Amino acid sequence: MIDFIKGTLIISGALFMLLASVGLLRLPDLLTRMHATTKAATLGVILVMLAAAMHFAEVGIVARSFAIIVFILMTAPVAAHVMGRAGYFVGSKLWSGTVKDELRPNYDPLTHELKSGLETQQNAKRQPRETDPD
Amino acid sequence: MDTVILIGQVIMSVALILAFVRVVRGPSLPDRVVALELFSTTVVGLVGVYAIKTGVASFLDAAIVIALMGFLAAIGFARFLERGGPRDD
Repeated sequence: MIDFIKGTLIISGALFMLLASVGLLRLPDLLTRMHATTKAATLGVILVMLAAAMHFAEVGIVARSFAIIVFILMTAPVAAHVMGRAGYFVGSKLWSGTVKDELRPNYDPLTHELKSGLETQQNAKRQPRETDPD
Repeated sequence: MDTVILIGQVIMSVALILAFVRVVRGPSLPDRVVALELFSTTVVGLVGVYAIKTGVASFLDAAIVIALMGFLAAIGFARFLERGGPRDD
């Protein structure tokens, strides 16, 4: 029984990793590729590590494989965020079917400045408060 | 069980080959970095399966280190790109 569960976990984890790399190969631009790899590969590693925890079934090793799971779960979104940000700033092309890019009208890629759309003369005026130390 | 492990290793190796195709073909540097990150994640899975196969639990420590190195490499590449790396290659 436990062999069956382990085998199912290993095969499904490997299939999720294969799905991630198929998505990396087939999808059209950087952000959709990251969308494929981050989630599917994370789930694949989680399943394989659960299989390892069930195989060894000792406290220290189960804790170690859960540490790997938590580490992957914490670092994968951070790495994906940082890479997406860097890719956008470097100027990687978006897919031609992209519906919405809200950063495009507000961001100047040459000066690296982001506008909020509220920069008027009136908003630039200083409005002192009661608590200001002066 | 050995057959299942072998099938899992073959599937992960195919995944590695497909990711490597993206590393070679990738039109820009961020694509390649994303492919390398997927590479390190898949290698973590392979090491986990190999630990199950051999019964040596110390391989899981190596898996932790590989995951850490992949994360740090992604962060480092992103910093390099943002601080005036190649704009569009």
